[in-house]
Amino acid sequence: MLRYIMKRLIAMVITLWFIVTLTFFLMHSIPGSPFNEERATSEAVQRNLESFYNLDKPLYVQYFSYMKSVVTLDFGPSIKKPSQSVNDMLSRGFPVSFELGIVTLVVAIISGITLGVIAALRHNGFIDYLAMTIAVLGISIPNFVLATMLIQQLAVNVPIFPVATWSSPMHMVLPTLALATGPMAIIARLTRSSMMEVLTQDYIRTARAKGLSPVKIVFRHALRNALLPVVTVLGTLAASILTGTFVIEKIFAIPGMGKYFVESINTRDYPVIMGTTVFYSAILIIMLFLVDIAYGILDPRIKLHKKEGS
Amino acid sequence: MEKVLEVKDLHVTFSTYGGEVKAVRGVSFDLHKGETLAIVGESGCGKSVTSQSIMRLIPSPPGRIASGSVLYKGKDLAKISEKEMRKIRGADISMIFQDPMTALNPTLTIGKQLVEGIIQHDGSPKEKAKKRALEMLNLVGIPDPEMRFKNYPHEFSGGMRQRIVIAMALVCEPEILIADEPTTALDVTIQAQILDLFKEIQRKTNVSIILITHDLGVVAQVADRIAVMYAGKIVEAGNRREIFYKPQHPYTKGLLQSVPRLDLEGEDLVPIMGSPPDLFSPPVGCPFTARCDFAMEVCDKAYPFKTHLTKEHHVDCWLQDKRAQKMLSAAK
Amino acid sequence: MELHKRDNRNISPEIPDDWFAPKNKNQEQAEAVVRPSLSYWQDAWNRLVKNKLAMTGLIFLILLTIMAFLGPAISPHSGSQQQLANQNLAPSSDYWFGTDELGRDVFTRVWQGAQVSLFVGLAAALIDFAIGVAYGGIAGYKGGKTDNFMMRIVEILYGLPYLLVVILISVVMGPGLFTIIFALTITGWVGMARIVRGQVLQVKNYEFVMASKTFGTKTGRIIRKNLLPNTMGPIIVQMTLTVPSAIFAEAFLSFLGLGIQPPLASWGSMANDALSAILTGHWWRLFFPALLISLTMFSFNVLGDGLQDALDPKLRR
Ligand SMILES: Nc1ncnc2c1ncn2[C@@H]1O[C@H](COP(=O)(O)OP(=O)(O)O)[C@@H](O)[C@H]1O
Ligand code: SF4
Ligand SMILES: [Mg+2]
Repeated sequence: MLRYIMKRLIAMVITLWFIVTLTFFLMHSIPGSPFNEERATSEAVQRNLESFYNLDKPLYVQYFSYMKSVVTLDFGPSIKKPSQSVNDMLSRGFPVSFELGIVTLVVAIISGITLGVIAALRHNGFIDYLAMTIAVLGISIPNFVLATMLIQQLAVNVPIFPVATWSSPMHMVLPTLALATGPMAIIARLTRSSMMEVLTQDYIRTARAKGLSPVKIVFRHALRNALLPVVTVLGTLAASILTGTFVIEKIFAIPGMGKYFVESINTRDYPVIMGTTVFYSAILIIMLFLVDIAYGILDPRIKLHKKEGS
Repeated sequence: MEKVLEVKDLHVTFSTYGGEVKAVRGVSFDLHKGETLAIVGESGCGKSVTSQSIMRLIPSPPGRIASGSVLYKGKDLAKISEKEMRKIRGADISMIFQDPMTALNPTLTIGKQLVEGIIQHDGSPKEKAKKRALEMLNLVGIPDPEMRFKNYPHEFSGGMRQRIVIAMALVCEPEILIADEPTTALDVTIQAQILDLFKEIQRKTNVSIILITHDLGVVAQVADRIAVMYAGKIVEAGNRREIFYKPQHPYTKGLLQSVPRLDLEGEDLVPIMGSPPDLFSPPVGCPFTARCDFAMEVCDKAYPFKTHLTKEHHVDCWLQDKRAQKMLSAAK
Repeated sequence: MELHKRDNRNISPEIPDDWFAPKNKNQEQAEAVVRPSLSYWQDAWNRLVKNKLAMTGLIFLILLTIMAFLGPAISPHSGSQQQLANQNLAPSSDYWFGTDELGRDVFTRVWQGAQVSLFVGLAAALIDFAIGVAYGGIAGYKGGKTDNFMMRIVEILYGLPYLLVVILISVVMGPGLFTIIFALTITGWVGMARIVRGQVLQVKNYEFVMASKTFGTKTGRIIRKNLLPNTMGPIIVQMTLTVPSAIFAEAFLSFLGLGIQPPLASWGSMANDALSAILTGHWWRLFFPALLISLTMFSFNVLGDGLQDALDPKLRR
């Protein structure tokens, strides 16, 4: 197990390094440095930028100093919003985004698994078709369209929920719904197919041959194995929820990091784009790492395999 | 001898894309207390489907018992409710499947998997169930059961896993044990050990065993009676001596010639040429016609009568008809 | 014809004597041909046809492709002509899907958008396929250290957050059709490469097994007839699923202002432009492009699922 964790850890660090480097050099490949005078709004900002990015030094020096500040979680100043650093934005915006993301993830996981399991057990029945129709629709509608439709229907036409912002549980309903539908659909489909696959396994037949009840078979024997593939996609889902927050926060005017990020793209506020990309990538890569470890804990076979395999 | 199980004219079909597969087509046999009945036949002839139908474990859909009965303690297992059937499974009739590598749940410890069956059937408290499970592990020859109780299946070798599967099948002291190719996936030496284990367990518990196999070598070691299956039917059945020394059906003879035998050393092994018929539309006549050296016109036209040679020995073949004698002598 | 059972040691009167003649051997030949064995592809196709949902998807995609080219031609209006007098007209017999805020015909534009969206999706799928086959093929074929090294790289790229990289590249390169396809494929091929490598290893393994069993001359035939089709399955499914995810990603980029730029329009950019229109009551401007995105996503997904089932050799009987 330890060896497995070490291996994953090394892979994670390399990936992190890779994304920081990629971001750095991509930004610097923009014709006429992204940090030059025309873009910055004032002398003061420009000086800040210059000192943070060491713009007067050779590229490799800039690179190493950037790496150093990233490692210490310092993402430097913004161009467009003088007197604000990327860190300021992150510390204000990220907690909100994090809350939205976590609530969404929990909702998506619980409802997705429930839907998928029911569909698998009622395979080819009415409930299966209903659940899968919901799931396919969830995958088929872009979240910005869904969000707009939800606002139109449930906030404007029939004003049940508030239109925007993020200040009370009622405010959270529509954004969460808009953001959770896609991941829920993915989880539901995956759970369904993996559950159906598991139910054909020999050990399920063994369990049936013991005379266990269907409830015990599903919960003791099938579910855990069926959820293993679901665990593996959690990292990817977290990524899609995270990028989804960009859309949802902008539409619902939620003051999270996603909203700032979209604004920074529109205004080409490169340091903010760069800082946010690096920060979010780090979160996702760490998330993938944690998912891998969780998988290793959930599947007792992993320990042995990895030991033998490498 | 006391009859513990009676299968009568069992028909099992599967609905598939290609149509109805008639996997079992009128199988009948009895099982007596404390005996081992072997069902042999090439792969695909319906042995597993027959055995799983007894336990009502065929995947359904697509499979279903189309007709026939399975009588056990005055009940027809083909007709009773699923809930009643569950009480019988594992407690009165147990089953062991071919592949020990996949028969155990990889994410549960073997201890949990052993204990759950006991708790399910007699509601014993956990401690008592564990004690019983440990005894069982000991009986099937798992060294140091106490320690291994918390191990996961992948931490055991194939042979050990099959022992655990056997222990699992026996924890509730069933009257009948159905073993579907229990040694096929194992090394030869381990096969012998597992067969010995069966014999030992039978001696100790007087359990009746249905042993399913395509390997006549296995049969010779442990079976009291043998039923030969072909294309969803039992084409010949009898006790071990009758089947091994006086086989009547050309298919049985073919099977015997295709396995190495100690008593007939030096004779060449002859595999049976050709393949079994398609069970989507099984032939009206004898299903073995296309592969049979003695095939006659009649074999295509009608299914042969069942001929009883002794109390136990019976065969479905037209060669039993007197008029076929001419044909036989001509062939010689 | 199953006659009733009874002991017939001596004679069965229902059966005429002359039936006991040895069987005609020619008949046997006829019986040897049991079931016409369908080729893998025919078999898979038969199974796909039986899957109603997948067929619905397939038919819709065919119609969509036809309309993408036919739609603008049969429409009485051009998609680019701006008529300020005709702003935001509701669907009518004249403007079938209504007009947008610049008075352009939504019907025409939606089918022109189809061309762009489908092009993005197909281009992404084909490029992923080409790179994935080359990379995964080499890794799998060479094996050993090369494979190990190549797969380490894949592992790192696989760990990158896909959409963030796409955004980054779009920001750096400036938005546009080429940028989008480039950004979507620069790390998108990784999934395909993994699949191809896995399949190549399987073929290699099989080849090895066959050779060691000295099946000899039949090996090539078996690889062509059994193995190649089986290994193509996952690759085809992956391609089918890449198209809709690329269309979706493009829509997402449009939302961020990094999508297709005017005068070109995709469904994503049209839907994004129309987001505020729904609040002013001009629902048709969002409805039609959004509907087409959703139907396309739906169709590709159910077709992909159907193909997966149809091509899965495990399900073959
Ligand atoms: N789930 C199923 N669906 C369709 N056909 C099946 C299924 N299971 C078994 N069969 C068919 O039933 C026949 C008998 O199979 P089986 O009992 O497994 O043979 P064996 O004698 O090797 O155990 C085979 O021809 C097989 O095609
Ligand atoms: S009935 Fe005819 S074909 Fe069938 S086994 Fe007997 S002789 Fe052969
Ligand atoms: Mg079998």
